[in-house]
Amino acid sequence: MTRLAPQPYELIDRSIAVTFLFDGKPVTAFGGDTIGSALYASGRRVFSRSFKYHRPRGLMCCSGHCANCQMTVDGEPSIRVCVTPVREGAVVKGQNFVGSLDRDLMQVTDKLGGPFTPPGFYYKTFIRPRRLWPLYEKVLRGAAGLGRLDPRGTPRPRIDVEHRHADVLVVGGGEAGLRTATDAASAGRHVILVEEGPEVGGALLADPDGHLRAAELKRRALAAGVELLAPAIAIGLFEYGFVPVACENRLVRIRAEAVVVATGIVEQPLVFPGNDLVGVMLPDGVRRLVNRFSIKPAERAFVLTADDRGLAAAADLERAGVELVGLLDLREGQPPNIEARGHKGRVEAVSVNGKLTRTDLVVMSGSPQPNYKLLAQAGARVEYDETRGIFIPTDLPASVTAVGGAAGEVGEPAVTTPVLGYTGEKSFICFCEDQTAKDLKYAIAEGFDSIELSKRYTTVTMGPCQGRLCHVNSIRVYARATGLDENAIGTTTARPPHTPITLGLLAGHPEEPVKRTSLHNAHEALGARMMWTGAWKRPHSYGADAGAEARQVHRAVGLIDVSTLGKLLVTGPEAGAFLDRVYPNRFSDLKAGRVRYGVLTGDAGRIMDDGTVARLDDETFYVTTTSTGADAVYQWFTWWNAVWQLDARFTQLTGAIAAINAAGPKARELMERVSADDFSNEGLRYLDARQVRVAGVPALALRIGFVGELGYELHFPSPHGDHVWETLLEQGRELDVAPFGLEPQRILRLEKGHVIVGQDTDSESNLHEAAMPWLVKNEKEFEWVGKWATQAAADRGLRWMLVGFESPSGAIPVEGGQVVIDGVSSGRVTSVRRSEELGKVIGLAIVPHALAVDGGRFDVQVNGKAVPMRVHLGPFFDPAGERLKA
Amino acid sequence: MWNIADMSLLVTCPNCGPREVEELRCAGESTKRPAAAAPSQRELNEYVYFRDNVWGVQREWWFCRVCEEWFLAERHTYTNEVVRTWHPGPADSPGGRDGSEAASQQEGAQVL
Ligand SMILES: [Zn+2]
Repeated sequence: MTRLAPQPYELIDRSIAVTFLFDGKPVTAFGGDTIGSALYASGRRVFSRSFKYHRPRGLMCCSGHCANCQMTVDGEPSIRVCVTPVREGAVVKGQNFVGSLDRDLMQVTDKLGGPFTPPGFYYKTFIRPRRLWPLYEKVLRGAAGLGRLDPRGTPRPRIDVEHRHADVLVVGGGEAGLRTATDAASAGRHVILVEEGPEVGGALLADPDGHLRAAELKRRALAAGVELLAPAIAIGLFEYGFVPVACENRLVRIRAEAVVVATGIVEQPLVFPGNDLVGVMLPDGVRRLVNRFSIKPAERAFVLTADDRGLAAAADLERAGVELVGLLDLREGQPPNIEARGHKGRVEAVSVNGKLTRTDLVVMSGSPQPNYKLLAQAGARVEYDETRGIFIPTDLPASVTAVGGAAGEVGEPAVTTPVLGYTGEKSFICFCEDQTAKDLKYAIAEGFDSIELSKRYTTVTMGPCQGRLCHVNSIRVYARATGLDENAIGTTTARPPHTPITLGLLAGHPEEPVKRTSLHNAHEALGARMMWTGAWKRPHSYGADAGAEARQVHRAVGLIDVSTLGKLLVTGPEAGAFLDRVYPNRFSDLKAGRVRYGVLTGDAGRIMDDGTVARLDDETFYVTTTSTGADAVYQWFTWWNAVWQLDARFTQLTGAIAAINAAGPKARELMERVSADDFSNEGLRYLDARQVRVAGVPALALRIGFVGELGYELHFPSPHGDHVWETLLEQGRELDVAPFGLEPQRILRLEKGHVIVGQDTDSESNLHEAAMPWLVKNEKEFEWVGKWATQAAADRGLRWMLVGFESPSGAIPVEGGQVVIDGVSSGRVTSVRRSEELGKVIGLAIVPHALAVDGGRFDVQVNGKAVPMRVHLGPFFDPAGERLKA
Repeated sequence: MWNIADMSLLVTCPNCGPREVEELRCAGESTKRPAAAAPSQRELNEYVYFRDNVWGVQREWWFCRVCEEWFLAERHTYTNEVVRTWHPGPADSPGGRDGSEAASQQEGAQVL
C-alpha cells in the first residue's frame, strides 16, 4: 500500500474522492491531491519519456520545476502534473511515446543510438543529401518533442488582458515573500503577491506541518491587505517595474513601483551515472510526497546529500516506514565513485566504489541554488560565491530587491562542487534536453568552449525547466573541463519567459473596439449589410443590388452616412497661414463661406490624405479628412504647429459631428422640404459652405459632389443623427429618396474619376503622378510640406500616371491586377467597377507616363489572359460637371 | 497589436504625468529640416530618409493620446530611461516660425 495511515498534518482530505482518467483508466484521488501525487499513490512510477532518448522518467522535484512529470491534461500538452490539483473527470494522458508510457517503442534511440548521438549528431548526420531533408524532418519531428496539440484545436476560454498598478509587487509566495508582502501592506502600501504554484508556502510545504505555518502566513498577509494571485507565473521582469503575469486565462500586466523577487531556491541534482533513473528524486520532492500526501514513496531508500536537506528527507522517510539502506554525506571526506543502476529505467541499486546496495529510491541533494532567473533576466549580474558554492544575484536593477532564498539565503555552506562521477556514461546534466556531462565535454572538445555557444549547440538549459536544474551544473562541468573558475565561465543570458507559458497568452489580446456612427442602429433597421472600413463599421449597401442603389442617386436622391469623415476645426489669426504650409494649394485666400479640396503630402512628397476645407469666417476653417485619416491628420497638424508655433488651435470634432450627404437631381427639392434656408443655385452655389437648419437642427451645409450629382453634405451634432436621417427619409418619400452604402458610392465616384487616397494612391504616389498637378501652388514665396520632394519628382521626369480606363470587352480585372505592356508588368489597376449608368466597365490604373493619353492602350491580366484596356482621361460621367453645378 | 514586452517603459507626459507607453505614440528621433529654400537632392534625402539611430540618449517626439499634445523627450535608446520630457517652446525650434530650423518626425510612421 503506497498511501500511509492518516498522518497528523497531512493535506489530503480522505473524505473526498476525486476520479479522473489516466490513459483511459479511472484513477481515484483524495481532495487536496495533485494529479502527480494521485498517480504516484496509484502505483505509477513512470511519468514521462525523455525528449531525445525516450528514457523513462519519474517524479523528481514535485515542486513544478523539472519537466519529468509533463503530461497532456484535457487536451493541453506539457502540464506539470506534480503541481496540478486533481479535477473530477479530468482526462490525463502521457506524452512523447510510441506504444505506451511504460513500453515506449522509441526507446530504441536510447538502447542503440544513445552512445552514438552526441550533440550536433542530427545536424551533421541528416544534412545530406539535401533532397531527403523533408523526409528526415518528418521522422525527427515525430521522435522528438513534448506532447502534441490536438489538430482540431483545444477549446479554451478567451484570454483576457488586464492592467494593474501596485506600490509593491512580490514575486514568490514562500515564507520570505509572504513576510515581505505583509510588512509592506501593513505599512499602508498596495501590495500584489504572485505565486506560480496553486498555493502559497513555497519550501514550507515540504515540512510535516509546513502547510499550517503557510496558512498562518497567508492569513496574516490577507489581513494586512495583500492581494494574492495564484497560480500566477511572472513571465519576465522589465523596465520600470513591469511584470506580465500569466494567471490562467488572464494576462495581468502589472506595473509596480517596487518589485521584490522572492522566488526561493531550486534544489540541484547531483551528477552521477544513472541520476535520471525513475526513483532518483530531490529531497523536497520526496518530503512533499510523504508529508503532504501521506505517501510511502518506496520500500528502501538511499540518500546522497551535500547538505542538511538530504538528512531531513532521510528522517521523514524513516518516519514513513521506509528502510534507509544507505546515507552518504558528501561533506564527509572525498566523494567516492557513485552510480545508480536500474532495470527497465527504474532504479534498483546504488553502487558506491563498486559496493552494491539494493534500493528502489535514491534521494540526491546537490544543495540548493538561489532561483535567480527572473533577476538575471531583468539585468542583474550573477556572481559565483566560491565559499558557499552558489550563484548570487548582484547589481539589481533600480527598484528591484531580492529576499530569502533568491537573494542567497540558502542555509549552511554545503559541498561547493557536488559534481560526482562526471566521467561516466549517462550522467545527466540537463534532464529536459537529455544532455549528459559527456555531451558537454564533447562540445568543449569540438570548440564550443564558451557557455553561450555550448547552450546553442547542446541546448542545455533550453528545455522546459529553463535551466533551473541544469544551469549551475553545466557551468560546473565547464569549469572543471576548462580549468577556469565559475565566474570566468559566466552564466548564459536569461530571457523571458521565465517559466513556460501557453502561446494563447501571447497571442490573446483584447477585442478590437469597433467604431459606430450615431446612425448605426438606423442602418441596421434598414437591413444594411455592414462592413469594416478601418476601425469603423459602415453600410456596404442596403440591398442586393449596389448598381441599382447607385442609379437611384442619378435618378432621384440618395442619402449616405459620412459621419466617419475626420473633422477638424482650425482656428486662430494664423489658421490660414498654417493651412498654406501644410497643403500644396492655398487656403489663406479662400473666401469665408467657400470650400476647397485639399491633399496633404509629407516631406517625402507622398500623398497622405485628402479632404475639403471650408472657411467659416476669417479665423475659422472646418477641415474634413478621410475616414481612416482623422487621427493621423490631427496629429500631423498639431505636430507641425508644435514646431512652428503659429497662432492656431486645433479641435478634433470627428466623433462629435455626424454627417449625411444628400445627393441626386432631387437633392435641392429634398432640402427645401426640411429647411427654411435658401438652397437655390444662387443662394448656395457649388463649393459654398453655409450654416443652416435642417429638420430644426443647426447644421453646416457643404455643397460638394464626390458622387457627381448635385449634393449637400450636412454636418451637425451627432446626437441628432437619427432625427435628421429619419426626417430626410420621411420628407423625401415622394421624391424616391433612398439610402445608399459605400459600394454604390464607390461606383459613383469612379464614374467621376475621383480618387480615393490609399486605394488609388500608394506610398509612391506624388501629386504629379496621381494626376493632381493643378493642386500645386508654385509661387516662390510659399513653403509647404512636401514642396521640395514634389518639385524633385517633376524635375526628374514623371514615370507613372494615374489614369482612367475602360474595358472595351467588358471583362472585369481584379483590383491590383497587373498592367502588362509588351509582356512586361508595367503598373496595376487600382479601382474597377461596372457602371450601370454608363453601361461600361471602368476603372483607374497606374500606368507608364507615356500611356497617359486619351485612347492609350494597355493590357491587364484577367484570369491569366491579357485583356486590352483603353485609357480615358477625365471623368467618365458628366465631364463638364453640369449636374454638379445645376 | 500589443506585444508582451517589446516596449514596457513609462513616459512622463508634461500634462498627464507618468503613462504606459501604449497611451503614447513615439514619432521617432527629431531631425533638422533643411534650412535652405531649395535644398539639394542630397540634403533632402538625408532629411527625409536618414536617422542617427544612436545608442544613447536621443531627442524624440512623443504624442500623448490622453491629452492629445506633442512633447519632446530625451530617452536612452538602450536602457529606455527617459531623462526628461517637455513641451516644445521657441527655444526648441529657433526660427521655427519660418520653418528653417524645424525638427521633423518620421514620416513613414505618420502615413496610415
Ligand atoms: Zn498627456
